[in-house]
Amino acid sequence: MGSNMAEAHPVGFQWVMEAKARGARVIHIDPRFTRTSAVADTYVPIRAGSDIAFLGGVIRYVLDNDLDFREYVAAYTNASFLVREDFADTEDLDGLFSGYDPDTGTYDRDSWFYEGTEPPRDDDGDRAKTFSEPFQAGASGAGIDRAAEAERDPTLQHPRCVFQVLKRHFARYTPEMVERVCGTPQEEFLEVCRAWTAHSNRDRTTALVYSVGWTQHSVGAQYIRAGAILQLLLGNIGRPGGGVFALRGHASIQGSTDIPTLFNLLPGYLAMPNVSHTDLDAWIADQRTGGHKGYGYDVDAYMVSLLKEYFGDAATPENDFGFGWLPRIDGDHGTYRTVMDMIDGKVSGYFVLGQNPAVGSAHGKLQRLGMANLDWLVVRDLNEIETATFWRDSPEIETGEIVPERCRTEVFLMPAASHVEKEGTFTQTQRMLQWRTKAVEPTGDRRSELWFAYHLGRLVRERLAGSTQERDEPILKLAWDYVTEGEGVWVEPSADDVLRRINGHDLTTGDLLPSYLGLKADGSTSCGCWIYSGVYADGVNQAARRKPHTEQGPYDAEWGWTWPMNRRVLYNRASADPEGRPWSERKKLVWWDADEGAWTGHDIPDFPRTTPPGHRPPDDATGPAALSGDDPFVMQPDGKAWLFAPHGLLDGPLPTHYEPHESPVRNPLYRQQGNPTRKVYGRPDNPSNPAPPEHGSEVFPYVLTAARLTEHHTAGGMSRQLPYLSELQPALFVEVSPELARERGLAHLGDAHVVTSRAAVQARVVVTDRLAPLRVDDRVVHQVWLPYHFGHTGLVSGDVVNDLFGVVQDSNVFIQESKVATCDVRPGPRPRGPALRALLDEVRAAAGITVETGTRIATSHGVPHTEEGS
Amino acid sequence: MNRLYGPLDDVAGDAGHVEHPPRVGFFTDTSVCIGCKACEVACKEWNAVPEDGLDLLGMSFDNTGMLGADSWRHVAFVEQARVTGRQDPGFAGLPTGPSGIPETAGAVEARLEAAPRGGSELGTEPLPPGRPEPQALGMPGFDRPGDLTGAEGRTDFRWLMASDVCKHCTHAGCLDVCPTGALFRTEFGTVVVQQDICNGCGYCVSGCPYGVIDRRQHDGRANKCTLCYDRIGDGLEPACAKACPTDSIQFGELDELRERADRRLAQLHDLGVGEARLYGRDPDDGVGGDGAFFLLLDEPEVYGLPPDPHVPTRDAPAMWKRAGQAAAAFLLAGVAAFVAGGRR
Repeated sequence: MGSNMAEAHPVGFQWVMEAKARGARVIHIDPRFTRTSAVADTYVPIRAGSDIAFLGGVIRYVLDNDLDFREYVAAYTNASFLVREDFADTEDLDGLFSGYDPDTGTYDRDSWFYEGTEPPRDDDGDRAKTFSEPFQAGASGAGIDRAAEAERDPTLQHPRCVFQVLKRHFARYTPEMVERVCGTPQEEFLEVCRAWTAHSNRDRTTALVYSVGWTQHSVGAQYIRAGAILQLLLGNIGRPGGGVFALRGHASIQGSTDIPTLFNLLPGYLAMPNVSHTDLDAWIADQRTGGHKGYGYDVDAYMVSLLKEYFGDAATPENDFGFGWLPRIDGDHGTYRTVMDMIDGKVSGYFVLGQNPAVGSAHGKLQRLGMANLDWLVVRDLNEIETATFWRDSPEIETGEIVPERCRTEVFLMPAASHVEKEGTFTQTQRMLQWRTKAVEPTGDRRSELWFAYHLGRLVRERLAGSTQERDEPILKLAWDYVTEGEGVWVEPSADDVLRRINGHDLTTGDLLPSYLGLKADGSTSCGCWIYSGVYADGVNQAARRKPHTEQGPYDAEWGWTWPMNRRVLYNRASADPEGRPWSERKKLVWWDADEGAWTGHDIPDFPRTTPPGHRPPDDATGPAALSGDDPFVMQPDGKAWLFAPHGLLDGPLPTHYEPHESPVRNPLYRQQGNPTRKVYGRPDNPSNPAPPEHGSEVFPYVLTAARLTEHHTAGGMSRQLPYLSELQPALFVEVSPELARERGLAHLGDAHVVTSRAAVQARVVVTDRLAPLRVDDRVVHQVWLPYHFGHTGLVSGDVVNDLFGVVQDSNVFIQESKVATCDVRPGPRPRGPALRALLDEVRAAAGITVETGTRIATSHGVPHTEEGS
Repeated sequence: MNRLYGPLDDVAGDAGHVEHPPRVGFFTDTSVCIGCKACEVACKEWNAVPEDGLDLLGMSFDNTGMLGADSWRHVAFVEQARVTGRQDPGFAGLPTGPSGIPETAGAVEARLEAAPRGGSELGTEPLPPGRPEPQALGMPGFDRPGDLTGAEGRTDFRWLMASDVCKHCTHAGCLDVCPTGALFRTEFGTVVVQQDICNGCGYCVSGCPYGVIDRRQHDGRANKCTLCYDRIGDGLEPACAKACPTDSIQFGELDELRERADRRLAQLHDLGVGEARLYGRDPDDGVGGDGAFFLLLDEPEVYGLPPDPHVPTRDAPAMWKRAGQAAAAFLLAGVAAFVAGGRR
């Protein structure tokens, strides 16, 4: 669901085909019939942007028919916890939860807490929505003070227990409602329900796969929550063959979130400090809560070890280990905000490494206009991509919005070495690090990222040497002493040395650490990323292991290395029952060995090794020692999986179907139309298509979605330059159903243009039975699809599909809604130059679009959220 | 011995290889193909086959068109208004109208007819840029908008994908007609063309019953799949099979592949996929069986494969016999004429 795995992840899909060959049933739920659907047993159509309604329907089916894995649910989730009396559900408030403030578009989340627990001191939804705070809680779980002491009803009967709250919340997500919202015929939907539940029990597990078809929505985080709730109810988490699989979009994008390039995270999902964190203790206090269970409590050791790695000997207990040298978040510095800040003249320079925002980011025009208003721009890539050439060949040249002679941005294009021209690790979807050796020397001026970062740091430090300015101190204090290879000035830093530093050292002995369990908060250990600690255990590059599967057991533990601690299945304590026995022989993974007094099994147990199943911790315990023997979710502050999230999300404790920001239909479930906390940027350069109950939505009657083809790679920088790939998909096309083709007079292989309030994109028409109209709330809704790989450079070119999308975001993690919008499709080529601007002016006028359109995020209140001065 | 047609147990031996490895080939199980085209790319990368044209063909996701001198692997994509076995295509109950397949096929066909070489250059020449006029066919009126389910609403659908390749026939038409010896039978029982010997006469092109071998435009020399002769000699599997993520393309000893294919066919039949069939597996067929054979989910023509291919040499004895008879009769007639004339 939300994934076209066969096309976007063909190599990983071999395992789906392997499972199918062994008798697994494969179901594909997607807006279009794709190459994944072609080999699935069942294809189920769905309207883009309605997945929560679908999943909510399955949840209701499970609860209504008592098909949940009750022992698992009662013991391992927070189903029995009581929610506060003043909590009000979307059923009570017509699509809003209690605590909503229409002026800020955020929730006061106090009423969502467990009965008997205290909300944190300074919970500020408004600030959280600016700083993206909930995401930072990823590693240690959102804090709930004394959560383990919350009132519970083990019988799950209390009207305010999470289980009953869940039942009420999804009571109206009936098969009829699913059909109305999603357009999925009831029989198809019920078939999915039957298959999912029939294969989820002691002996059977069901795996759920998603990709960016789920994440890139204004309710993105809640899509994932809905999938997780369902898999928890069915006992499919922590067990072999179960799980929620987040397929990542690039070779090492998992690695780049583990050791992140995000503004609000430090390595290992540690929260980036914000302006309220005056010292290390303040930061630690903010990560912890009373009675905090599990490994999230030990953030002090992780952070101090990270600081020791960053600053080396300069980090001492006396100077707070250099905590003061870390940057502080003082506002929204997400990628889209930053681009708008460029347009507004607040940003002067930009590094773009391995990314092509001029094509690959939502609202390509906004990206290009932002980059055209910089002093300098550094682009590192394999080819001269659109992000480096926008100033001379972007669509804005034709329309006169960018004039090359007057574009002041100085562009530095740095040629990058490809993955075969450098060594290092890739971290793939399964959290597995795999070491890659260099196959060939890079040609010409191509250099590795390590080389670039190392020498950039070296040169900046040389320039700053001797500076007494406080702002330069963090750079000068960095331990920039990596092992290098080769002779002369332009040496290559050793990737092996970097991996060793990521693994971490015992600074008293100089030994490599065996795992994160040995990290200390006293400055005696260093570690570049706590979850990666152990990748160099025993002085062996564990990521480089390549033992064939024919020579080892079913979990192939000696192939590569999976974080944390080479564990293949997270939370695998849940594969055993509360007494520590496997739920079934067929699905055994880890279990309690009473004779040994330890957990054992086929995988590395994800639990304190010697904590027995019946263990009850003392009241004053914290951290791993506070875990009960039946608390499998060792990163949650209460040890339990959260069906209901009392904290940590800004848009609600439970997933709720909201229509996408741009939708052709009124929300059939609630008065509240869209996510009431979504981040909108009401600016003239970021218009929205109207959605009901606003007027004018009929100007953009179709649902637009975009995705990938197997033959190209994302924004095309790695594929449109290659003849062997370009010839396989040589042109931008738009897929339409035969029904829409007839309605709009579109001819197969003819030209058409797709129009939104942002852009018009020209594409060849491909009429196909693989798309079908849906009946949504008693009207027919057509969906159109385009691949987003094309741009204006390379062997094959085409308009930038991402220009069609605007910028609107999920409030939790700032993901943009680029998987669904509304549009019109018109036959023939699009107008060019000034005529294009005239067309866009015309459609905006026809739809009555103003800067306020789409920004009244609370349907009942009508408060527009536009930017000041707009 | 069947030198010209029919089953032949030892093709390499027949070609004069005294001590030789077992015959190898491909079994392509199209029922697990995901259409990723990794085979096409891997083949081109390994064999340095040039790019084959940057044109959108409109034949579903197939922009290669067909096998040729510059495409030694070709993945066909077939959108069909029918279902495979018990697969549920999910369109039942949607407000659909008639299938668009005939219209799209018509649009592509019109362009193919306009192509100068009758379509054989697909993927090598851009198609004419003609844009058929949009046709607003209109929809019949119904009570509910879009309520078109019923007799004319499309429900059945499937999307077939299949990677085609040179068949490495037991009796290879191309090889039999090659006057220069550029085409030869390897010790693995495969058929390989040597470009440095090829004189570009093109007999092989018409001698191939599958339309596989083709001459390269710029130098006229014949090119086709070598079954990665240079890889298998080093114990490596061919590039396409190596790259195939789902093992749709399986490389191995032909005898073993045939057993594997038989098992897979039986399994699919048990699963209700009655339309599954093997193509090119039968040593009694018109080419003595293929070294590269397929599991298909429909008639071969659907994938662009000939239904009953046979090697031209199959008919050679009969043709020679008839020619001999004709010559003898002619001779006899001539003699008779002289005899008769002599009597005059």
